Amino acid sequence: MSKESPVIGVLALQGAVREHAAALRAAGAETEAIKWPDQLAGIAGLIIPGGESTTIGKLMVKYGFIQAIRDLAASGRPVYGSCAGLIAVAKRITEGTDPWLSLMDIEATRNAFGRQQESFEAEIAIPVLGAPFTGVFIRAPWIETAGSGVDILAEYDGRKIMARENNILVTAFHPELTTDTRVHEYFIDMVREA
Amino acid sequence: MAEEGTLRVKTGLAEMLKGGVIMDVTNAEQAKIAEDAGAVAVMALERVPSDIRAAGGVARMADPAIVENIMKTVSIPVMAKARIGHFAEARVLESLGVDYIDESEVLTPADEDNHINKWDYKVPFVCGARNLGEALRRIGEGAAMIRTKGEAGTGNVVEAVRHMRTITNEMKVLAVVGEEELMTAAKNMGAPFELVRAVAKTGKLPVVNFAAGGIATPADAALMMMLGVDGVFVGSGIFKSTDPSSMAKAIVEATTHFNDAALVAKVSKGIGDPMRGLEISEIDEKDLLQTRGW
Repeated sequence: MSKESPVIGVLALQGAVREHAAALRAAGAETEAIKWPDQLAGIAGLIIPGGESTTIGKLMVKYGFIQAIRDLAASGRPVYGSCAGLIAVAKRITEGTDPWLSLMDIEATRNAFGRQQESFEAEIAIPVLGAPFTGVFIRAPWIETAGSGVDILAEYDGRKIMARENNILVTAFHPELTTDTRVHEYFIDMVREA
Repeated sequence: MAEEGTLRVKTGLAEMLKGGVIMDVTNAEQAKIAEDAGAVAVMALERVPSDIRAAGGVARMADPAIVENIMKTVSIPVMAKARIGHFAEARVLESLGVDYIDESEVLTPADEDNHINKWDYKVPFVCGARNLGEALRRIGEGAAMIRTKGEAGTGNVVEAVRHMRTITNEMKVLAVVGEEELMTAAKNMGAPFELVRAVAKTGKLPVVNFAAGGIATPADAALMMMLGVDGVFVGSGIFKSTDPSSMAKAIVEATTHFNDAALVAKVSKGIGDPMRGLEISEIDEKDLLQTRGW
């Protein structure tokens, strides 16, 4: 079902909510800040933003988001997790802590690129988007391993940093901290095609 | 080619902390309690501000062993305080690998005229401000995040409110005055002209702004969020309350759902007593922390 401008929710428990909403609007979608699970009924897709993954995870559990977001994904609606959002959707966490949403067949390693002083930006090749993209990596995770059903959309320095499995999209970097909206456009297309 | 320590990655971490609570901790055990309660980061220091206030003497950077132990114990970002102008302490903290440095008036200033040149570091800095001019001076020196000074260690939110309202009102004025008035505004507030112009144009600070100094209850955190801060630092307010874990969790929830009074009421029940507060007018002027730095 195609929609002119789908309403895409941004999970608004903590983190870079405003920046994702602004990027979505710039890319032609409408947005809603999601504070409670009952709001999920009205949206066509969901972004789980960057932030502190332990904080976002604990609040998701506390407010009943875990099953609600699994149901949303099971209904075929797309979910995009950036940075902390990547950790939130992973089925396995390298450190052995419990996964949160278990939506994507990947193992995520938290802070894999290092602490803040190792945070960096770099031009990365994302073939599905065409020209290189400026990746902003903040205490960023990477994808340690991925199941056979997962498409790796980008690597940097031999590390998997962007992937898609059916209706789930993840990036280890923060496109919302740049003015380049191509990742958000890609996600909006996923929502339109769902 | 990867570039580290750019302004975008420095301010970027602050963006990721938005809507969260940063808690003062003095050892690994407290850091774990803070992380388990949902803190987005911890601030490592030797004594919480209310104890610094009580102890008197010179307050310095924390023991590197304590900072390292906290860094080993939690997976969330670890911040640490350096004295105003003490660029050697800042270099020590940077070498330990901390995620943010707070050039803080809570510690005894090392330089009464000059703050640290924060452009010179890979690690980002947060600095306190009482008004827009002070905030823009710190940003001009390279701060990647601002917080209100408030009056630390008092458990009294009145100064944080005053500082946030002052910053907001001064930004509103800049947004409406004529372009030709901006140079005089910059001169009067002692702030870099280009930053004054940027605020006049966008109506907001170019970096994230948190509340700090006197936040002691979930409702205090909600109040500051409603006044427009991006997140909250809680210093003495957690570990000087009677039930730190419950108080910490409640303040985290109140910060997320600051607009939901029923939720703030719910989380405020049965969390023990907040820290005992101090009336600001009963503090000797020479004992105020907020007047340190300029």
